[in-house]
Amino acid sequence: MSSFFGWGARLGAMWNENKGGPWGPSGGGSEGGGGDGGSGGGPRSPWGQPPRKRGPRGSGGPGSVASFDDFLKKSRDRFGGRFPTGGGTGDGRPYWLYGLGVFLLLWLVFTSFHRIGPQERGVVTLFGSYSRTLQPGIGFTLPAPLESVQKVDIQAVRTADIGSTDRAQENLILTGDQNIIDLAYSVRWNIKDPQFYLFQIQNPEETIQEVAESAMRQAVAGVSLDDAIGAGRSEIEQRVQILMQQLLDSYGAGVRVLGVAVKQSDPPAAVNDAFKEVSAAQQQAQTYMNDARAYALQLTAKAQGEAAAFDKVYAQYKLSPEVTRRRMYYETMERVLSRVDKTIVEAPGVTPYLALPELKRRADAAPAAPEAAPAR
Amino acid sequence: MSRTVRNPIVLAFVAILLLVLIGSTLAVVPETKQGVIVRFGEPQYIVNPYKRGETFGKTQAGLIARWPFIDRIEWIDKRILSIPMERQQVLSTDQLRLQVDAFARYRIVDPLQMFISAGTEEKVSDQLKPILGSALRNELGKRQFAALLSPERGQMMENIKTALNRVAGQYGAEIVDVRIKRADLPEGTPLESAFQRMRTARQQEARSIQAQGSKQAQIIRAEAEAEAANVYAEAFGKDPDFFDFYRAMQSYELTFINNGSGQEQGRSSIILSPNNQYLREFQGRR
Repeated sequence: MSSFFGWGARLGAMWNENKGGPWGPSGGGSEGGGGDGGSGGGPRSPWGQPPRKRGPRGSGGPGSVASFDDFLKKSRDRFGGRFPTGGGTGDGRPYWLYGLGVFLLLWLVFTSFHRIGPQERGVVTLFGSYSRTLQPGIGFTLPAPLESVQKVDIQAVRTADIGSTDRAQENLILTGDQNIIDLAYSVRWNIKDPQFYLFQIQNPEETIQEVAESAMRQAVAGVSLDDAIGAGRSEIEQRVQILMQQLLDSYGAGVRVLGVAVKQSDPPAAVNDAFKEVSAAQQQAQTYMNDARAYALQLTAKAQGEAAAFDKVYAQYKLSPEVTRRRMYYETMERVLSRVDKTIVEAPGVTPYLALPELKRRADAAPAAPEAAPAR
Repeated sequence: MSRTVRNPIVLAFVAILLLVLIGSTLAVVPETKQGVIVRFGEPQYIVNPYKRGETFGKTQAGLIARWPFIDRIEWIDKRILSIPMERQQVLSTDQLRLQVDAFARYRIVDPLQMFISAGTEEKVSDQLKPILGSALRNELGKRQFAALLSPERGQMMENIKTALNRVAGQYGAEIVDVRIKRADLPEGTPLESAFQRMRTARQQEARSIQAQGSKQAQIIRAEAEAEAANVYAEAFGKDPDFFDFYRAMQSYELTFINNGSGQEQGRSSIILSPNNQYLREFQGRR
C-alpha cells in the first residue's frame, strides 16, 4: 500500500516534470499545498487534475463552494463535463479523491516528522544512502519514499548471557593449566554508533555473542584454574571486556562493551567433591594450627607465671637468704608431713616395726582387706 | 489534446506504464548492499562496491538508474558476514583430541568475482566452510595441545586466516577474522581422564594442605616450648642453688600431698630417721 502511494507521489512529480515543473522535493511540497487546499475547497490530486486546470479552478474553486452538497454537485458537473463516457461512475469519484488527499496529507505529516525519544537516535537514509543521524526531539525528514528513518535505542543496556548457572547445563572452558571450569557470564553492551550498528555487520547480536565466547576462552586460557575460580575473576572480566572491544572495533560494529560479569565460575560437577576435600583439608589444617597456638599460649603463659613467681620469691630470699631458706623449708615440710603418715625411728640401728600404721589404714579403707591382715 | 488522451482508461494505462518503467529504471541501493548490474546474464558493472575505510554517507549507496528490462541487479551483501562451522575433531601432535568450534567473518570485496564464481553469499559460505575446517585441522594438527591455550594461539589464528584468505580471494571475499569460539575435550574418555586428573590433583593438594597444617602446628608447639625454656632459664639462672631448693620444695609439696586432689593414688607414708634435717631440733641438740 505504502509503496503504491510512494510511486504515486513520484509519478505526480514526474507529471510536473513533463509539464516543465520542478522535480523532486519541491514537487512534494506542492502536493502538500494541494492537500491543504483540499480541506477548504476541492481535493486536488497532482495527477488527477493537471496543472493547466489551475486557472479556472482558482477563480471558481475554493471560494465559491458554499456547502458540501454544492461542492459535490460542482465536482460532478466538472467531471461529467469532462468525461462524458464516465458519467455513470462520476458520483463516487469526489469522495475517493477527497480521501486520497487527506491520506496524502497524513502520509506527509507522519513520514516527515519523527519523534526521537531521549534514549534514541534516528538514522536517516536518503534513497538508502546514509544521510544523517537525528538527535532526540522532533526530527524533520523528506517524506517516506525519499528519506526513511530507523530509530535505534542507544541507551538501552543489552545483555548477552553465555552459559547458565544451572548445574545441568555446563559451559566448560579449558584453563591455562589444562583444567576445566564451568563458567557462566554475561556481557552488557549498548550501541555506540547507530549507523555502524545498522550497516556494518549482518547479525550484530550473534557476532557479539561469538566474540564474547572467543574472548572469554582466550582470557581463561591465560590463567590457571585457581585464578579462574578465585582471585583472578575480576581480571578475567576486564581482559574480556578489553578484548571484545578491540575485536568489535576492528569489525567496526559500532558497539560499546559496558562490562563483563562472571556469574559463576566453578569446577565442573564431576570433580566438585575433590574440590570440597581441599576446603575440608584447609579447615583441618587450620584446626591443627589453632590447637597448637592454644597450647603455645598456655605454655608460655605458664612459664612466664612461674618465672615471675620465682623472681618475687628470689627478691625476698636475697634480703636474708638463710632465714628465708629455713622458713620455706619448714613451711613446706609442715604442709607435707601434716598430710602424710609418718614414722620416726628413734635410735640408730633399730629395725623399724613393720606392722606399719599404713597396713592398718589399708585394712580400714578396703573392706576386702581384713582377712588378709590377720593372716599376716 | 485529443479525446483519447483524456480518456481515464488510457490515462490509467499510461500511468501504470510509466510506473513500471520508472520502477524498472530506478533502484534504491542501501548502505548494506552492493549490486552487480547484469545485462542479459552478462555482469556489466558494480554499484556501491566495498571500499576500505569509506564512511557511510560517502558511499555510492542511493538512487541509481539503469536500463529498464535489460539490466538486472544482483544484490550482494556488503556487511561483514559469518561462516558458521560445525564442531571439528582436531588431533594435536601429542595425540590429544579436541572439539573445536570456530567462526570466520568475511566480507565480499569483489562482488563481480564473487558473482561469477559463486553467485550468492550462501554459496561462498558453503565453499569456505570446509576449507575453514581443514585449515583449522591442519594448523592445530601441527601443534601441541598446550599451544592452543597459550598466547601462540593468536599466531595460529593468523595462519588459518592467511590460508583461508588464499581461497576466499577466488570468491571475491576477504576474511576479516578467524577465531576459535570453543575448544573442548570431547565427551567420554578424554573428558573423563581430564576430570580424573583434576580430581587427583585436588586430592594431592588436600593432603599437602593437611600435612602443611600439622607441620605448622608442630613448629608452633616447639617454638612455644623453646620460649618457655628460655623464660625459665632466664629467671632461674640468676641463682641455680636457690632454684634447686625452691623447685625441690614445690616438688615435695606436689608429690607428697597429691596436689590436694585426695585420690587414692599412691598415698605417701614417710619413715624419718632422727638424723633428718627436719628433726634436728626435735632431738634437742645441735
